[in-house]
Amino acid sequence: MSKITLQRRDVVGTLLAPRKPNLLVVGGLGSPSWDIAATDDNPQDFCLVGAMGLAVPVGLGLAEARPNNRILVITGDGEMLMGIGSLSTVAHARARNLMIVVLDNEQYGETGGQPTHTAGDTDLVAIAAGSGIRTTATIRTENELNELALSIHEIDGPAFYVVKVTPDLPGAVYPPLDGAFAKDRFRMAVLKDQIT
Amino acid sequence: MTQSTADEDWSATLFRQMLDADVTMFSYVPDAGNKRLIEHVDASNETRSVLLTTEEEGVAVCAGADLVGKRAVLCMQSSGVGNCANYLSLVTGGRFPLLMVVSMRGDHGEENPWQYPMGQAVEPIFEAMGVLTFRVDDRAELEKTTAAALAATGKGGQSAALILSQKFLGAKAF
Repeated sequence: MSKITLQRRDVVGTLLAPRKPNLLVVGGLGSPSWDIAATDDNPQDFCLVGAMGLAVPVGLGLAEARPNNRILVITGDGEMLMGIGSLSTVAHARARNLMIVVLDNEQYGETGGQPTHTAGDTDLVAIAAGSGIRTTATIRTENELNELALSIHEIDGPAFYVVKVTPDLPGAVYPPLDGAFAKDRFRMAVLKDQIT
Repeated sequence: MTQSTADEDWSATLFRQMLDADVTMFSYVPDAGNKRLIEHVDASNETRSVLLTTEEEGVAVCAGADLVGKRAVLCMQSSGVGNCANYLSLVTGGRFPLLMVVSMRGDHGEENPWQYPMGQAVEPIFEAMGVLTFRVDDRAELEKTTAAALAATGKGGQSAALILSQKFLGAKAF
């Protein structure tokens, strides 16, 4: 197994670089949300600052309601583990426009770096595949990451990727902390003049 | 022990009322109380059901749908309200107009002692988390109470639960 070298914030920057206007992003509590906010202050990002475990099902709600948009959920290993059953829900719903990327640093970064189960025997990609998600992979190198970033608008979902990242935590850059503001900003960006 | 209400068609009425209010996505954890409602959802080409593994996923699915202007509902048994408690922070904090349909256990006529603690905690949990409750105890109240819950979560912009009590549903035989 090669040494882990990918840095989480660079990974998010690479993933979002080829972004097209129809991409909607959901960030999971907490560092993935900070990484997204640090990359871009895009109103089409909805970054959770609570509700740990719900990033994937928020993405599923978007995917089901907007089949012509691409939905990218970026979350962490601890957050994913807390809502692990949602992978079965995603597989069952066959959300073709939904992609999930887990930034896996094998620890709870926000609470002091305690190891998650992925530091032990738990294999999130195997769980996703076993849940019925057919497109899955583990990303360890820059080349693999670049390839994934370029295909983000074409992948036939649901798709699930674990990107192994170092435990380094860059400084927190917060998304809007007022959930109602973040929601209204997102709705205005996506719905434009159709807001009711 | 009564197994169901005299009017077998209340699920069709509830479904029609929801559809008329543009509720098109029904996320759910299966329960005896929502079985027929979901059958109506799956039989219609205007609506879609989303089967969940645990109720809090539905809180998120409904929030996601609202983010892009679609109206969704979370249907669950009362036990699931406990699973949602923490996640109602998303609803209250984001002011999402979440609509829930809760089919009760652990109230009127319940014979399973394990159902009582959560059944009796449903309304206190909703109150603590800032979610309105609209309770149906009798078939005659269904349409008006549903309309009130739809109004609250529609233009009203509130989060609300339509609570179908066992007095209305009939207690499950145990």
